[in-house]
Amino acid sequence: MTKGVVKAIIENLVQVEVSGPVSQNEICYIDLGGERLMAEVIKVLGSIAYTQVFESTRGLRPGNTVEFTEKMLEVKLGPGMLAKNYDGLQNDLNKMKGVFLTRGEYTDPLDEDSSWEFTPSAKANDKVSAGDWLGNVPESWISHKIMVPFGLTDEYTVKSIVEKGTYKITDTIAVITDKEGKDIELNMIQYWPVKIPIKAYTEKPRPFRLLETGVRTLDTLNPMVEGGTGFIPGPFGAGKTVLQHSLSKNADADMIIMAACGERANEVVEMFVEFPKLDDPRTGRKLMERTIIICNTSNMPVAAREASVYTAMTIAEYYRNMGLKVLLLADSTSRWAQALREMSNRMEELPGPDAFPMDLPAIISSFYARAGFVYLKSGETGSITFIGTVSPAGGNLKEPVTESTKKAARCFYALSQARADSKRYPAVDPIDSYSKYLEYPEVIDYLNENVNPNWVNDVILTKDILRRGREAQEQINILGDDGVPLLYHDKYWKSELVDRVILQQDGFDDVDQSTPMQRQEYMLELILDICGKTFVFETFEEIMPYFMRLINICKQMNYVEIDTEEFKQYEKGLLKEVEERSAK
Amino acid sequence: MATQAFQKIYTKLNQITKATCSVRASGVGNEELATVAGRLAQVVKIVDDNVTLQIFAGTEGIGTDAEIVFLGKAPTLKVGPDLAGRFFNAYGDPIDGGPDVEGTEVEIGGPSVNPVRRKQPSELISTGIAGIDLNNTLVTGQKIPFFADPDQPYNEVMTMVALRAQSDRIILGGMGLSNDDYLFYKHSFENAGVIDRIISFVNTTENPTVERLLVPNMALTAAEYFASEHNEKVLVLLTDMTLYCDALSIVSNRMDQIPSKDSMPGSLYSDLAKLYEKAVQFPEGGSITIIAVTTLSGGDITHAIPDNTGYITEGQLFLKRDTDISKTIVDPFRSLSRLKQLVIGIKTREDHPQVMNTAIRLYADAANAKTKMENGFDLSDYDERVLDFAKEYSDKILAIDVNIDIDKMLDITWELFQRYFKREEIAIKDEFMKIYWKKA
Repeated sequence: MTKGVVKAIIENLVQVEVSGPVSQNEICYIDLGGERLMAEVIKVLGSIAYTQVFESTRGLRPGNTVEFTEKMLEVKLGPGMLAKNYDGLQNDLNKMKGVFLTRGEYTDPLDEDSSWEFTPSAKANDKVSAGDWLGNVPESWISHKIMVPFGLTDEYTVKSIVEKGTYKITDTIAVITDKEGKDIELNMIQYWPVKIPIKAYTEKPRPFRLLETGVRTLDTLNPMVEGGTGFIPGPFGAGKTVLQHSLSKNADADMIIMAACGERANEVVEMFVEFPKLDDPRTGRKLMERTIIICNTSNMPVAAREASVYTAMTIAEYYRNMGLKVLLLADSTSRWAQALREMSNRMEELPGPDAFPMDLPAIISSFYARAGFVYLKSGETGSITFIGTVSPAGGNLKEPVTESTKKAARCFYALSQARADSKRYPAVDPIDSYSKYLEYPEVIDYLNENVNPNWVNDVILTKDILRRGREAQEQINILGDDGVPLLYHDKYWKSELVDRVILQQDGFDDVDQSTPMQRQEYMLELILDICGKTFVFETFEEIMPYFMRLINICKQMNYVEIDTEEFKQYEKGLLKEVEERSAK
Repeated sequence: MATQAFQKIYTKLNQITKATCSVRASGVGNEELATVAGRLAQVVKIVDDNVTLQIFAGTEGIGTDAEIVFLGKAPTLKVGPDLAGRFFNAYGDPIDGGPDVEGTEVEIGGPSVNPVRRKQPSELISTGIAGIDLNNTLVTGQKIPFFADPDQPYNEVMTMVALRAQSDRIILGGMGLSNDDYLFYKHSFENAGVIDRIISFVNTTENPTVERLLVPNMALTAAEYFASEHNEKVLVLLTDMTLYCDALSIVSNRMDQIPSKDSMPGSLYSDLAKLYEKAVQFPEGGSITIIAVTTLSGGDITHAIPDNTGYITEGQLFLKRDTDISKTIVDPFRSLSRLKQLVIGIKTREDHPQVMNTAIRLYADAANAKTKMENGFDLSDYDERVLDFAKEYSDKILAIDVNIDIDKMLDITWELFQRYFKREEIAIKDEFMKIYWKKA
């Protein structure tokens, strides 16, 4: 194994003189008087390997010895990852001892002593290759597939497989034989380098199935699909994190992986505290049991922050290969880009725009490309839906991270400062935002078939109402309330009706915080009916109070369950109001 | 600092810039402290045997033959109960004429708290200022800055918050404070009779600029001691973080780093996060709450310093002059406390969230009405009413001289709602309307 000696230290960039071969992205450990600091090779120049250290380099000095591992940064995959809280390098945070993090403390991501009820699904003489299922163990409510390691690229024959029974993850559960007749013993653990996508699937078609999130402004107006990609840019305070948390709680996915990347620790703590308490309506279990949190808060070392999104993506790919619907959320990808910038800066690379590295767009787009809907070798499907947040400097969307992400992601959920300031949450701008999937014929077919036959047309109509309302509002602001025809007020207030009843959603109300698709459809049709009516008004001053009354009733409807007497009463009142004003 | 036996002394500097110097030396660790001609310095870069040091007091008058002594440790602070009531400079040396502090020596800028060991902040800090308590409620373990223009009374407001808030300990980290402001803080604390609860680390404009890089970590290390070992509720005041960032950019510039936005170092976000993330609620009950000041230039929050800060802190507070009532108010639009959701309607009355949002929505309507008025359009009856509401709301709730408890704030707001509006204009959940809407 190659050894080296520290030559230079600039913050967390450490130059190591090596005595043998090293590879790009190889992991090494620097020995600092018993503490072992993990580092990754990011550049090699002659006999000098430039490494980024995943820890504080305080006290490090030239002459410290370094040991290279011949491995890239890997994650350890196997049963027992659900409900775990990892740091960016997949250390189990709960296994760490002190209140304060200790430098050089690395913990096992899996529980090697734990036992699992294994049921074989392959049998002797089966031909298998990477990613094929050998059997499964129940992990929480998921049937966790034990797969042929992704690193075994050939075709193999199952020589033997254990009977159904209880095994530790380190126990051999199968022996497979390669073409040369060499036996390979397999247990439930496998390793995979995080920077390399897992591609043990047969096909990656265009996504087509709606992924319900319970957030109306997404589901109704700009839907996300299973295996889709999207991003949420917004200035601070616009509600990026609240929106992501809401997605993680309500989205219709089999499991959620949250990568808290360079964000506030208290926000992560909120998940730690709330998720074990919140019920998952789909399974009746606790939310935490379908969640893995990868947490690299902003005060943790910057190099590990870069690794954290890859760690999260790799774990997502592993579960996708079991035929699961995975939702991966990263908050915030700007912090990841900043980590790249800090390293690029220290390596004295020529900077691109805003001092970000030149290859930032390439890095971002190849990361987004790892998401997707796939057909597995077994014929089943799996998906990773990826939604990242972007924190643009100064809230200005013309900056490199937003622009690069816009090229890569198919859905754009722009959070608007103006909406946030007037407490119109979620502050997703209905006009600037888009979902490219609404243009996919396969998505249109799916929606019309599963929501209602005219659904996509209704959605487009809704968008037009909003757009017309904004135009009317601008005219009113320029010309004055009485300087425009009454029709302008009518248009404006109809768009307000849609905005306040459909788009705005109280994330802190038990009922309103998540709306099933069926209810969204019901309410949208109801509101569109009202918008289609012609109302009789004498003066513009009658219009606002009237619509405020309608909005008030609809809001009360939003706060109660749909199948209750209360809801019906409100609806009756609403229809009466509408009837009284309608042109005969 | 006295040299000790077996310490190597170097006397051949090969490079001197305004803030740094380099010397050939061996066996030196990264971030280690040294003295250069008696001035404190810290290792910031090592390339082979060439060691670059950042000299906190500046390099004026340093000769190439200056004596360099490496101290073999990172910057430290002696922590102990004796810190209470004392004033220190950026190095943690007393400046109040008192004796040196006895205590355990700990490195400043130590590791962060394991996120899974943190407790969720859940204790409200009341200040009596309705613009804060009602609309932007603060919670222990939170970090929040005032974004203020230099002409705004941020030091006064911060002192008021600090003195009214219920905390066991107040630690002031002053960076680039003018001497006048330093004396203001000192006198305010003395007059309030709370000097025993206060600890100050101060770098004034009379001290060298780079020194102030040590101040926040000194203050936070002291805070960690009281919060973690004595389970105290500690409030840390950091002012002015903009001047701290300026010092960062000076050092990074001297080290030939490529500047990113607004000439700030590319690592600004991480640098600030390492400080602000020291705010924490410990499971044993102690907590560190950080209230900072970030001065803006012309109210520009898109500048790299307030921008990065906003992404790190749990909200921000803006002050604003309301000319209608001739008072300074807490701006309800731009101010935000992200942790308020953890306490409002839970630790406070259950109508708190809805009342807060409704009042702000109406206040926003008033702002629109005002624009209409300024553009010369006729005002509707509703416009007139929201304008009257806004003025009274500003005077009775938003003004910083208000000092009442939260229930009273809610009651006053309900009174205002009823005075100016109809039921349907309020649009609050019926269950609260039944209790608090008393108008027939």
